[in-house]
Amino acid sequence: MITLNLPVHSIAHARAGDKGDVSNISLIAYLDSGWPIIEELATKEKVFEIFKHMGATKVDRYELPNLKALNFVIHSALGGGVNSSLRLDRHGKTLSSHLLHELIIPINRELLPANSPYLNKFKD
Amino acid sequence: MQNKVFIGCGAGFSGDRFDASIPIVKEFKDINEPRYLMFEVLAERTLAIAQQYRLKNPEEGYSPFLDSYITPIIDDCLENNIKIISNIGAANPLGAAKRILKIAKEQKIRKPKIGVVVGDDLLHYMSNDEILESPTMEGLDFSNNQITAANVYLGAKPIANALEKGADIVIVGRTVDSALALGPLIYEYKWKNEDLDLLGSGTICGHLLECGAQVTGAYFADPGFKDVPNLAKVGFPIAEFHEDGSFVITKPKDTGGLVSKATITEQLLYETHDPSNYLVPDVTADMSQLILENCGENRILVKGGKGKKAPQRLKATICCDNGYMGEAEISYAGPNALARAKLAGEVISERIQILGLQGQLRVEIIGAGSVHFSMDETSSYELPDDGDYRVRTSAIYPKRYQAQQMVDEVMSLYCCGPAAGGGGRGYVTPQSSTASILVSREVVSPNVQIKIL
Repeated sequence: MITLNLPVHSIAHARAGDKGDVSNISLIAYLDSGWPIIEELATKEKVFEIFKHMGATKVDRYELPNLKALNFVIHSALGGGVNSSLRLDRHGKTLSSHLLHELIIPINRELLPANSPYLNKFKD
Repeated sequence: MQNKVFIGCGAGFSGDRFDASIPIVKEFKDINEPRYLMFEVLAERTLAIAQQYRLKNPEEGYSPFLDSYITPIIDDCLENNIKIISNIGAANPLGAAKRILKIAKEQKIRKPKIGVVVGDDLLHYMSNDEILESPTMEGLDFSNNQITAANVYLGAKPIANALEKGADIVIVGRTVDSALALGPLIYEYKWKNEDLDLLGSGTICGHLLECGAQVTGAYFADPGFKDVPNLAKVGFPIAEFHEDGSFVITKPKDTGGLVSKATITEQLLYETHDPSNYLVPDVTADMSQLILENCGENRILVKGGKGKKAPQRLKATICCDNGYMGEAEISYAGPNALARAKLAGEVISERIQILGLQGQLRVEIIGAGSVHFSMDETSSYELPDDGDYRVRTSAIYPKRYQAQQMVDEVMSLYCCGPAAGGGGRGYVTPQSSTASILVSREVVSPNVQIKIL
């Protein structure tokens, strides 16, 4: 079966929240089959690399297997936080999309949700 | 048959849709069990702005949107015994209550009994020095700045006490958002301090409700991946709470949106750090063992909430003035637009140096991954040379004129910058920074009071 390196967006969704200068980003598998993959591959080390350029100093990871979800707590990632950041997105609301785009994982078509637009990548 | 309590959320932030509560109230009219409508409209920095209003006029300082939220539903709520719980009081809960009494008078409806919770404003009973010497959780060095607001997060018990006194409406200032739901639950079910799992479940329920439609399909849609029906008419959430601590999250009939395990999970972890230790004044809630079950269309049953001992100290947010932020933007489009945008960014940076403005200048290119990368960083997106790019610069300075100088430099690119820059816009806004401190309950408790109007 063909395996492609795709953004984690293909098998999971996410939401970012802010508290002070700390961003938290959930990563939630669409399907049961996606949970062991994100549990294994979405490590805090990889997430730290993705947010290092924003000033991140530390990443904590929490696991919620009942909910097929991980929660990343990324310290010092918000340029000082909503009241002092110079960034256009002062809350870091868009950081969930950054995680979904930057974390690349090997995927075969059976792991994709039905009707996933990523199925097109497996044609031919 | 379990005794149910219904809680709807009509607003999840200051400025949320003003008509969102109307379908909830309509749905509630046909229900006989206790019903509550909460409005959560108080963000961290909203309070600092509200304090400024109160200093200028002692009658003001409550949410500027009070009329917009309360006017459409107050008659139906009073008529049908739907109780309203809100932090719409902001820096002046008593002022908010007086305004609501006035609205009731204007609408010629019965006078509501309003319970007002006061005591969150630390400036009323702690000195500047005492506040600054408190242990800091996070934030900046405030020692050189004037504190403009200092408010401790109160819990759910004062709300429950106000309901005990017969209030139709409970108005609070700074209170943890989830307490707007937990307060009514404590009152209805007579929960005690040691009912930790129930207090934890009520807190988790409040946490799911407190951002309004973020749990019912809003802030969720990703077309093709996560589709949400009729987002423009998204229904705001209703929780049907059961005596055993489990609850159903749903939304009113004939509204758009979506309630699914996925929407619940996203909101559950929103602004959550350690899911086993979600700290509020009443309990340490534990959401790590939660189980979600489908129980009908747009209905999810949430069970398995746990609770542990409440934290010893309370969190407070302090605010102080922090200079002025200048922000300015200008667009470049068409052939070689990326290179022209980058040149514009470089010119601005050099001009700021020549002017001798001290402080960090951020330059971003909108269209080139601006929310994830500054101009100096390598964007991970594929960037065509030709396209539609917009340079944005921002900086914070102590004085307003300095921020204006930076903005003026961007505007000067109309005549002095690279070819064909257009659509320049600039703003200067006063800044307020915040920090979080911990205060002991012994200092706060004697000052928390319920006033009935």
